[in-house]
This record gives sequence, C-alpha cells and structure tokens, in this order.
Amino acid sequence: MKILNLISITAIPVLMTIILLHGLIKGVKLYDVFIEGAQEGFKTAVKIMPYLIAIFLAVNIMRKSGGMELLTKIFIPLTKPLGIPSEVLPLAFIRPFSGSGSLALLKDIITTYGADTFIGRVASTMMGSAETIFYTMAIYFGAVGIQKSRHTVFAALISHVAAVLASVMICRLMFR
Amino acid sequence: MNILWVLMILLGMLMAIVTGNINIINDVLINDVQEAVVFAISLTGIMAVWLGLMNIAKRSGLMNSLSVIFRPIIRLLFPSIPVNHPATSAIMMNMMANMFGAGNSATALGLKAMEELQAINSNKKVASNAMCMFLVINMSSIQLIPLTVIKIRADAASAFPEEIIATTIFTTTISTVVGILACKALEGRKPQ
Repeated sequence: MKILNLISITAIPVLMTIILLHGLIKGVKLYDVFIEGAQEGFKTAVKIMPYLIAIFLAVNIMRKSGGMELLTKIFIPLTKPLGIPSEVLPLAFIRPFSGSGSLALLKDIITTYGADTFIGRVASTMMGSAETIFYTMAIYFGAVGIQKSRHTVFAALISHVAAVLASVMICRLMFR
Repeated sequence: MNILWVLMILLGMLMAIVTGNINIINDVLINDVQEAVVFAISLTGIMAVWLGLMNIAKRSGLMNSLSVIFRPIIRLLFPSIPVNHPATSAIMMNMMANMFGAGNSATALGLKAMEELQAINSNKKVASNAMCMFLVINMSSIQLIPLTVIKIRADAASAFPEEIIATTIFTTTISTVVGILACKALEGRKPQ
C-alpha cells in the first residue's frame, strides 16, 4: 500500500522530469517550445466551456428536482434480483452523471451505514471503479467538434453496469 | 446526446413542478451553471502545462519513441492509428495519468489525444472507432488507487480504509474489459 501510494504521488513529477530532460539532451529550446504549446491551453478551456455548461445544467436540474430519485425508485424492483443492495442504487445511478454529486452521496452512505459494512464497501468500490460518463464525453467530443458519438454512450453504459455488478460480486466474495 | 439532454431537463422540470420546487430551476440557472465556467477556467492552468510539455516531447522525439514501445497495445485496441502517430503517446500518457489518479492532468492529456485522433479522422463530425474506444476505456476508469474514496473512509473512522483497493482494481479491470468488448462488438455495425 505504501509503495502504491508513493508511485501514485511521484508518477506525474517523474513523467514531467523525463520529458524535460529528454528535451534538454536533444537540444530542444525548452522554454520557447513550452510556451508555444501552452498557448493552446486557454483556447481549449474556452472551447469546452459551452459543453460543460450544457451538461451541468441538465444534470443539476435532474438531480436537484428529484428526477434522479424517481428514476432510481423505478429501477429498484429490477435490480433486487441481481443482488444490488437498494441503498447503493442511487450511487450507481448518479455516478455516470455527476462526480461531485456521487462523492456527496458516497459520504452520505458511509456516514449512515458505516465504512466497514457490506453497503459501505460496495459503495466505495463502485465509486472508485466508475467514471462520470456524460461529462467526460461532452468535453472530449466537444473539444474537437464531434457531433455524432455513435456507440460510445451505449458501450460506456454497458461497461458501467459491469462495474456495478462486479463491485457487488467481489465484495460479496471478499468480505462475507 | 440531443434526446438524452432534453429528456433530462424535461424530467427535471416536470419533477420540480410536481413537487412545487420551481425555485430549484432558478438556483441551477444562477449557481450551478457558473460552476461549469469556473471549472473550465480552473482547468486552464494544468491544460497549458501539459500542452507545453507535450509540445516539448513531440519536438524532442520522445513521443515517437513512446509510440514505438506501446505499439502492440495500440495496434490491438486502435488498429486505425498509423505507426508512429503522436496520438499513440497522447493516449498512453492519458492512461498513465488516469491510472495514478491525476484527474486534471489526465483530462488535459486526453483532450490532446482527441485532437490527434481528430487529425486522422475521415469525417470530422462523426466519432471514429478509435475515438469511441479511447473514450470507453477512459470512462471505465483505470485508477489504481482511489485516493478520494480512501480519504472518505478514513474520515469515517474505518478500521481499514485501504481494503477496497483490491476490490476496486478487480472491478475496474472487469468494467474496462467489458467496455472494450462492447465497443469492438458495436463498432462493426456502422463502418465509416
């Protein structure tokens, strides 16, 4: 664990150092070339902004109005036979939509049921192994102007369902 | 995406009206939308740093060397990317940043990768197979250590906050593999 943690913290600085040293050895004008590339940074941020705004708008209206809860309630009878505890179902639903929303929900679940309970462990695993699909898609496609995402959403949702089911399964195997 | 977006807003609106909470809509319009702008701006710094570094790596030839090393993986997952294309290194660096939990760096590198993929995309409005695959892998989250989750567990006085690392790696692997298979299975439907 300690080693993994160390790798996590040092990975990015090490990568940076390698790039800079390699550039130095190859005689690249580091400062000038860096500036030249960095100029694109602000442009990219501006380019992704409308997409971010659109996603934040829809997700937050949906979440704060209780629309999310309604969807979750509809799905509870369907997911019961799969062995997904109904307590973690809201998390499974909100995870693809909102990073901060799911983080708040995870905190809530852990405070209510405890970190070292089956529910707490499933929720933690689920949180760590899934990603905010809609936000990522919006900015990645938005930045390069793609309008038709084809099968991306569907494949990503299949992968998300696999993550939800796998996290319940592995916790059942490991902690019970 | 178009339909989904409208559905989300309409369902939200409907719920707000039914529950008598129309104020929520105004709150979202004023506060949450602003958050999106703040977030995009806050990404600018790290984005500029990585774009600068990537430019150095491109010029020094490091990107090329990296793409040769990772050629086997890339050929398997992204057969349409030409040999020695800079997209390869951008994709690999994005995956590494993701793995080590460097979220914002990963986003910056990921956007760079998308740009490189767009350069070799035949139809600029439609996502290529490589783009779909890249996003699906990206969104199945390949993080090794979920630091935020561990922190939350530790704060909640867990006896062993790190015990979910193994389960998370297992789950992430499953979901990434399933995502890759789903992507491969679906992409044949509509060739470009």
